[in-house]
Amino acid sequence: MYAQQIKSTGKGVQSLADMTPEERAFQERIDRGEKIEPKEWMPDGYRKNLIRQIGQHAHSEIVGQLPEGNWITRAPTLERKANLLAKVQDEAGHGLYLYCAAETLGVSRDELFEMLHSGKMKYSSIFNYPTLTWADMGAVGWLVDGAAIMNQVPLQRTSFGPYARAMVRICKEESFHQRQGFQIMMVMAQGSVDQIRMAQDALNRFWGPALMMFGPSDKDSVHSAQSMAWKIKMNTNDELRQKFVDETVPQAEYLGLKVPDENLKLNEETGHYDFSQPDWDEFYDVLNGNGPCNHERLEARKDAWAEGAWVRDAMMAHSEKKAARKQAAE
Amino acid sequence: MSDKKEWPLWEVFIRGQHGMSHRHVGSLHAPDNEMAMKNARDVYTRRNEGVSIWVVEATHISASVPSEKGPMFDPAKDKVYRHPTFYDLPDEAGNM
Ligand SMILES: [Fe+2]
Repeated sequence: MYAQQIKSTGKGVQSLADMTPEERAFQERIDRGEKIEPKEWMPDGYRKNLIRQIGQHAHSEIVGQLPEGNWITRAPTLERKANLLAKVQDEAGHGLYLYCAAETLGVSRDELFEMLHSGKMKYSSIFNYPTLTWADMGAVGWLVDGAAIMNQVPLQRTSFGPYARAMVRICKEESFHQRQGFQIMMVMAQGSVDQIRMAQDALNRFWGPALMMFGPSDKDSVHSAQSMAWKIKMNTNDELRQKFVDETVPQAEYLGLKVPDENLKLNEETGHYDFSQPDWDEFYDVLNGNGPCNHERLEARKDAWAEGAWVRDAMMAHSEKKAARKQAAE
Repeated sequence: MSDKKEWPLWEVFIRGQHGMSHRHVGSLHAPDNEMAMKNARDVYTRRNEGVSIWVVEATHISASVPSEKGPMFDPAKDKVYRHPTFYDLPDEAGNM
């Protein structure tokens, strides 16, 4: 989801019989529901997978500030501006909680940034789409944060302690994000003809990309089984996508907006909605750097990092001088 | 020119309410204690989560070693007589 592209080793799940005694003891702890803490022994694969997953998640929070930051200066009222600013600040906070969780696994913050900037690590494809009108702030809160919540709630039970604890904090804060988005949509959907058109247009553009947030279909997602055995992934991509559709469609109906899918229909037998898959070619294209805003987003991150370097260095130099002065005085 | 020195890591402890102990809530990077305090306020108390903050540079914390959990904590395991329930008293003795 926020980690849509975790590359697999291609190997299937190891059976208990094939494991070394250490690996077996580790798997049994996970099966018992115990949390794994940073300094404890863990298989290399577990550590690597988690660094990638938590790193992608953190990068998504940070890059995710950009499409919404785009509207802070143009929010329609002072109240909306304060709401949006608070939300974007939260996303920065979420990124920071997650970077810290990743760092407990032995990767440094600078390494993580460098991997983002060089393209070695990804962030969610959703943030490579533009936010063209104010209604997009509604659609992003409602759909993008909504999809994020769907993924993050079960991750509160993930096996790695620092990740689980970061998720608990994030989930507590996330629900305000979705509610403020939905409220924007409510106002727009009851507004003037132009506002209703903007609300519908925002839903049309964000529906497919929101479905893509859960990652490729289970049958194309080879790494899932091992991650699920390790409890660093709690549900399959398709399960979460279905849950998202089931919850979101009635909300769209409430708004009086039309979900852009000809095949969308409540299946009386299953009790779930049947729906069309998003355009997976587009998904891979965006992940590979060819989405409408990939270049702009990454450049914005790189510029912020490069242009902030002198500030980071100056503050470090200042604190070292201060410490040296204190020592000399003692 | 950046010499690529990373800001040190700080651990953050917050007292949620008066009368409670400080609890570890997470960590952050900052060049010194003053900035660590400011960052801790912004990162960990955006919704009134605290009435007091401690920040400690992570390198100053000594932690027990997970692989020595046995020798460290096992000695306390067989000392049930440290718990009140070990001592059987008659009801006549009243609340004790
Ligand atoms: Fe959010």
